[in-house]
Amino acid sequence: MLRKEDRRHLAGASTFVADLRLPRMRDIAFVRSPAAHGCIVSIEKPTGRENSVFTLEDLQPLNPISGGPEIATFRNATYPPLADEKVLFVGQTIAMCIGTNRASAEDLAADVIVEIDELAAVVDAIDALTDEAPLLHEDWPDNSFIDATITEGDIAAVRDAPVKIRRQLKMNRQATNPLETRGVVAYQDHRLDELVVYSSTQGPHVMRHGLALALGLPEHKIRVVAPDVGGGFGGKNRLMPEEIAVAALAMKVDHPVRWIEDRNEHLVASIQAREHHYDLTLYSTAEGRVLGIEGSVHVDAGAFALWPSGPFMETGMAARNLPGSYTIEHLHIRTHTVATNKAPIGPYRGVARPGACFAIERMIDELADELGCCPVEIRRRNLVQPTMMPYRTAGGLRLDNGDYPKALAHALEMIDLPKLRERQRKGEPDGRKLGVGFAVYTEQSGHGTLEWVKRKSRVVPGFESATIRMLPDGTINLLVGIQSHGQGLETSLSQIAAQELGVDPSSILVRHGDTGLSPQGFGTFASRSIVFSGGAVAKASRALATKIKAIGAQLLQVPAADVTLRDGAVQSSSGQIPIADIARAANIRPELLPAGTAPGLEATETYEPPESGGVFSYGVHAVTLLSHPVTGVTEIIDYVIVEDCGTLINPMIVDGQIIGGVAQGIGTALYEELPYDENGQPTATTYGDYMIPCAPEIPNFRIKHMVTPAESTEFGVKGMGEGGAIAPPAAIANALNDAHRDCKAKFLVTPMTPRRVSDTVADALARENAE
Amino acid sequence: MKPALFDYVRPESLEETLKALSASDEATVIAGGQSLLPMLNLRIASAETLVDISRLRELKTLSETETTLSIGALVTHAAIEDGLGRDAFNGLLQKIASKIAYRAVRNMGTIGGSLSLCDPSADWPVCLLALGASVAIASLEGERCLPMEDFLVDAYTTALEQGELLVRIDIPKQGDCAWGVSKVNRKSGAFADSLAIAILGTDRQPARVALGGTASCAQLLAATSALLGQHPDIGADALSSAIATDVAAAHEEATPYQMRCHIHTVTCAIAEARSWSR
Repeated sequence: MLRKEDRRHLAGASTFVADLRLPRMRDIAFVRSPAAHGCIVSIEKPTGRENSVFTLEDLQPLNPISGGPEIATFRNATYPPLADEKVLFVGQTIAMCIGTNRASAEDLAADVIVEIDELAAVVDAIDALTDEAPLLHEDWPDNSFIDATITEGDIAAVRDAPVKIRRQLKMNRQATNPLETRGVVAYQDHRLDELVVYSSTQGPHVMRHGLALALGLPEHKIRVVAPDVGGGFGGKNRLMPEEIAVAALAMKVDHPVRWIEDRNEHLVASIQAREHHYDLTLYSTAEGRVLGIEGSVHVDAGAFALWPSGPFMETGMAARNLPGSYTIEHLHIRTHTVATNKAPIGPYRGVARPGACFAIERMIDELADELGCCPVEIRRRNLVQPTMMPYRTAGGLRLDNGDYPKALAHALEMIDLPKLRERQRKGEPDGRKLGVGFAVYTEQSGHGTLEWVKRKSRVVPGFESATIRMLPDGTINLLVGIQSHGQGLETSLSQIAAQELGVDPSSILVRHGDTGLSPQGFGTFASRSIVFSGGAVAKASRALATKIKAIGAQLLQVPAADVTLRDGAVQSSSGQIPIADIARAANIRPELLPAGTAPGLEATETYEPPESGGVFSYGVHAVTLLSHPVTGVTEIIDYVIVEDCGTLINPMIVDGQIIGGVAQGIGTALYEELPYDENGQPTATTYGDYMIPCAPEIPNFRIKHMVTPAESTEFGVKGMGEGGAIAPPAAIANALNDAHRDCKAKFLVTPMTPRRVSDTVADALARENAE
Repeated sequence: MKPALFDYVRPESLEETLKALSASDEATVIAGGQSLLPMLNLRIASAETLVDISRLRELKTLSETETTLSIGALVTHAAIEDGLGRDAFNGLLQKIASKIAYRAVRNMGTIGGSLSLCDPSADWPVCLLALGASVAIASLEGERCLPMEDFLVDAYTTALEQGELLVRIDIPKQGDCAWGVSKVNRKSGAFADSLAIAILGTDRQPARVALGGTASCAQLLAATSALLGQHPDIGADALSSAIATDVAAAHEEATPYQMRCHIHTVTCAIAEARSWSR
């Protein structure tokens, strides 16, 4: 089934935040910190324009809100919507300026003079914890938000293992880069006595809650609307200072205000992601059975903890996902979530797992190299077998079902490894090196209350709701609390309701993204929507179906158990009644209803998946690439994906999610990086310096689906929105390792840009020559 | 990312343009705007007055004599990609144009704009230097011509004076021209980390090898070009030492990676040019 959303998007006819036109709307430009770390001495507004420039003081009263887990040892620091005392990263908001358009607002912002006493910047997460490092938050003993140890089994018992491999790996920082940047429009609706906030967000209900806390408003006086959202990927799932500031400003002025993030702001001050340092030791038997992993993970979290969840989840998930899909029994990881003078990090497609997968899958290939063994064979020896499922990993994750070795076998069949090895032996005419790399990943999805409570989350996204309402002509409004930012959920959810009600999906209109319309929900993230919202829609649809069937059965004079819903009618062996007739009776002709039947056709249900630990999609990526040893340029010539996300509701949407995710994973692997210089200045602030893979960089994908329905969810679905982004850095790095195995070049840092690859090979060759 | 206020004029004739340019010290020419507009939007460049030359139809044409191919300064990369001047130099111009940035940029960006900006990594300066082209520069005083070597001065610096406008590029025709192009960039469409173009000599013109992606403007590799001219069949070893010398001079303080890339692109460009069967 084609997506319902396509018609409006292909015509360019939809409405995103920047498309809104409101009378007397004014544009906002922010004055942002040019310094990475410093104390604000003064903020001077341009003479005569004081009323158009707002500082934190002008927006009061505001409540300071802090993000992060509810753990006593997590150090909190309030992230003010506008800085007033200290600035902690380049790009932090200091003041906001109102103009008749964005250009005049920027003119005004350029005339605001901010004097800052600069302090030394903290730009490296490991150095940040030394005694010499300046403190970002003076009341903290050091620059760590939290230190924690994740431990399972008895690592001391395997330290004498015959094979030990220690490696340091790094996944660098990147931006989230949705096609549509963030944006907020806010105004006071005096008729309805509410503050209306249009925001390009992934979760309007949760944002409303956060805004109510920050603004000190009762929640019923705030309406948050997410119109069409052009991608979020996690980056639109935190309450950001600009959103609070624009909403607060709307309460101070008598006209709508608008802020649309530009790409420069996006690269400097939006949610940033990744930046993991790993120092790992892997213990193995001589036969390549991995016994344990020990070491440390530092996550460079930036200056503040974002509301609601902060950065700790990133660190915890990185550590807990290190055992991956393997039967590794002993795990001991010290984790550090570190504050630095950079923009705060937040979730980004895959959250932590691209880093963890990169680390473990690289280590597995390093083990294969050490033992002179085929990387595929090492994986075979360590993968969790289907007979062991459900399997609790050393990271405490419950892998529910699936067949990991079979997925690996499928990937092998699809690439013809012996033929590739033969080509590799012959060499390429242009001197490039051919490499083949594998990565196995798992993707926790649809996890519920207990899992989020375990993570000490401030907001526990443990359920979703759906309201289904049949109108007098039998058409349906389906109101849901999740928020599609490009996942095609209007299509998938209407397919589910259509199936339960025996109607055509075209008769169902899905409405989401508006706290004034939708029942309570948490939004779309963590690969949760098909499990949670799909479940809620199924449940609500069934409740409605029960009533429709009851009415139909009475009118047909048969027992309710003898009727079914099919082809838009209540069917029985003795006859049928169109659902539209029942809808008409229930809504506007109650005298036609059987006696004792309450009028109305509406049902609201919440759904919480029974397996709180989630259900795990998984897959294998197999990459073939050509790498130039001198220029370091990489060309992916084949990309095979074998994946299992349980039952597929809409296979085309599933493939779209995979392809989009892998494209972003290729960005992580080869192109995207937000570097900072030693003074904390970001050096990739436009697309001239920040490389995003474009169409020529994205190969054709060959996708094979395996289908192991989840046992606990509705229809056996599993979430799968993130998986595509998890494995590519690992698979591509392993392929580069394979390509340059001769010279023992080690690829341990992303992105593997031409410069990094070339330098890595040159260093390896120099080492070889020295030996 | 919106520009500060500027004045804007869009002359209908060359004379009017030159008057506007000489009237103010702060007049900035805008052609396709593919570099200038982002710089204005980011407010890393400013302009008092933008003189928009997009109406100067006479600068959008290509003409030729028996000895020279002349390209108007306003000819877009896309026009060349789509076949304008395709037959000249065995398709070299088309090849270069098709690899500049992205199609959206090529639709608007002009060859004259690229030369006038003189970005160290831009494609046209390297190509036209290798082809031994010269530029025609107009002002109210008349027209002057400069060989590419003298026009390109340094990174983002050309010999253009206030009140002057680059109007035309003249390229001496060559016989059956054998060329090679090698470019290294971080991804398709990104500016080159290294770009080398080699043109092997014909009876009319000696061999010329040019390099871009240095810290300065596009550079002619003199020793390499001379060696190729004197000894067309010279061996790889002798050539490589000339290349190393030239590259080191062309890009002072290059990182080891940049050096490796430059040597690689120059070597590949020469090899490709030599692979033409003539």
